[in-house]
Amino acid sequence: MAEYKLMKGNEVIAEAAIRCGCDAYFGYPITPQSEILETLTLRQPWLETGMVVLQAESEVAAINMVYGGAACGKKVMTSSSSPGISLKQEGITYLAGAELPCLVVNVVRGGPGLGTIQPAQSDYFQSVKGGGHGDYKLIVLAPASVQEMNDFVDLGFELAFKYRNPALILSDGVIGQMMEKVKLSPVKPRWTNEEVIKLNGSWATTGKTADRPRNVATSLELDSARQEQFNHKLQAKYKEIQEKEVRFEKIACDDAEYLFVAYGSSSRICQKAIDLAREKGIKVGLLRPITLFPYPTKAIQEMAEKVKGILAVEMSAGQMVEDVRLAVNGKVKVEHFGRFGGMIPSPNEVVKALEDLIIKG
Amino acid sequence: MSDIKDIIKDENLVYKKTKVLTDNVMHYCPGCSHGVVHKLVAEVIEEMGIQEKTIGISPVGCSVLAYNYLDIDWQEAAHGRAPALATAVNRLHPEKYVFTYQGDGDLASIGTAEIMHACNRGENIVVIFINNAIYGMTGGQMAPTTLEGMKTATSPYGRDIKLNGHPLIITELIAQLPGTSYVTRQAVHTPAAVRKCKKAIRKAFENIGQKKGTSFVEVVSTCNSGWKLSPVKSNEWMVENMFPVYKPGDLKDE
Ligand SMILES: Cc1ncc(C[n+]2csc(CCOP(=O)(O)OP(=O)(O)O)c2C)c(N)n1
Repeated sequence: MAEYKLMKGNEVIAEAAIRCGCDAYFGYPITPQSEILETLTLRQPWLETGMVVLQAESEVAAINMVYGGAACGKKVMTSSSSPGISLKQEGITYLAGAELPCLVVNVVRGGPGLGTIQPAQSDYFQSVKGGGHGDYKLIVLAPASVQEMNDFVDLGFELAFKYRNPALILSDGVIGQMMEKVKLSPVKPRWTNEEVIKLNGSWATTGKTADRPRNVATSLELDSARQEQFNHKLQAKYKEIQEKEVRFEKIACDDAEYLFVAYGSSSRICQKAIDLAREKGIKVGLLRPITLFPYPTKAIQEMAEKVKGILAVEMSAGQMVEDVRLAVNGKVKVEHFGRFGGMIPSPNEVVKALEDLIIKG
Repeated sequence: MSDIKDIIKDENLVYKKTKVLTDNVMHYCPGCSHGVVHKLVAEVIEEMGIQEKTIGISPVGCSVLAYNYLDIDWQEAAHGRAPALATAVNRLHPEKYVFTYQGDGDLASIGTAEIMHACNRGENIVVIFINNAIYGMTGGQMAPTTLEGMKTATSPYGRDIKLNGHPLIITELIAQLPGTSYVTRQAVHTPAAVRKCKKAIRKAFENIGQKKGTSFVEVVSTCNSGWKLSPVKSNEWMVENMFPVYKPGDLKDE
């Protein structure tokens, strides 16, 4: 029997982690995502599944604990909000460089700096263009509901292990704090040590046995020719991800003359804006990227052939709009509309922006 | 003349390289303490029969490539973060022998928070701390442990306490933390010191088996390239100048 509950987005991240057989969570409190660590420490999964939950001394320590656990071939995760995610960038690029799978959750708040504890989507660049140094990519999933907060924990781990690459859930303070009905995932047992060796034994530090060479988790390669070779390997992996893992949703696009492109909570606002616009006779649809890397470039290109103009709606000063423009490549007009610094646009504001910037403009 | 092969027989052997040490040529400068300490750790691992159960965490510093020399599974950490990695490995694999191997810049400067909190939590790990009072890898800059008046690439007129503060005697701070059970300061400048240091490393690893919490072995070390002294002179300089500040001996043994 499926289990339904009314839960906050943050709480469901914790619940989904336990249910998907996560081995360890390492985190540090920060609003608006502290409920993740709070829920975990209240649930005490170590008594139930043996999952490790540890409050680290900092986000820097937490992401490096993730590195240590990931290098053991285990399912490990961390979560934070924008300022804490900035601190994690060093660890994230090391994880990408050592090709270690893990799950990172960012419940974004407004910035820059200490900013505000209110929701924002201003960490898009950091998430998809490489917040740390070097040529690397994260697999970035953008949930638009509490249900997707639940589902993307499992999906994030699945993709992370499939490609041996860190995965990021890019959420925001709205989705994290909002309560919705959610269908909980079935409980999966954690991998046994034997299963870890079977699945990840070719690279994980499980203890060097006589039958194999030593496994080393490292991102160091001092020989630049070999470092370039390794970078080629990474790029080939990202290309494969781009080819195989694009996920997006189209709403009211069949007869659309105009298009919203929006992810996460902005896409929820756009859904209401579609209803309001259509009452006025404006035929507008929504393309919602679910994966931000890989980005649904082709799907946007195809829509650009059909519509008269596109409005990218984000709670930022205009970040994802750059990728929309790259996809559209001048075919039709693309504008950005956003509120930021913790402000959330109303559906009416979005319709007005569509009228002013795209239809009249 | 007899062939060397006829001489190398088990009954004639007084010394054998441990098989935990690989045949890779070490990149360390002649006279550097890192190589000796690597050998001691490798010997302890072999003698305790824990090669399959040991996971090493290498730092950023001259020993970043330690994983080329000890034939065990390794994780290479970002600068200063080895104790955080070790924490996770220890929590996820309580049956394993986890150790970090860190320089003074790594442990006592950029990684101060990580080492303090790992020791304070009493992570069941060994910390090998190579204190050579300098940043070896990056070409001899000032370390937190650089002595007063000591010349380095970034203290060319000698470390000025007013400008740079005092040498950080971090091992004494570590010994204050209830999470640590064994805290000792060793050196490897004489055969006798090497034997003593090995005993300390062995005890530290044995403590893991007994779930005693964190064991911390500082090795006061030389960096003859960074110090711009010959290996022999470096040893003399270390005894004369380092030992009064970083006094060898056990700080804690519970
Ligand atoms: C984040 C970061 N900052 C700086 C460096 C450059 N760096 C590499 S090694 C090192 C100092 C190492 O000194 P120490 O820990 O004393 O070890 P040693 O080389 O003397 O053995 C520094 C500053 C780096 N690799 N990463």
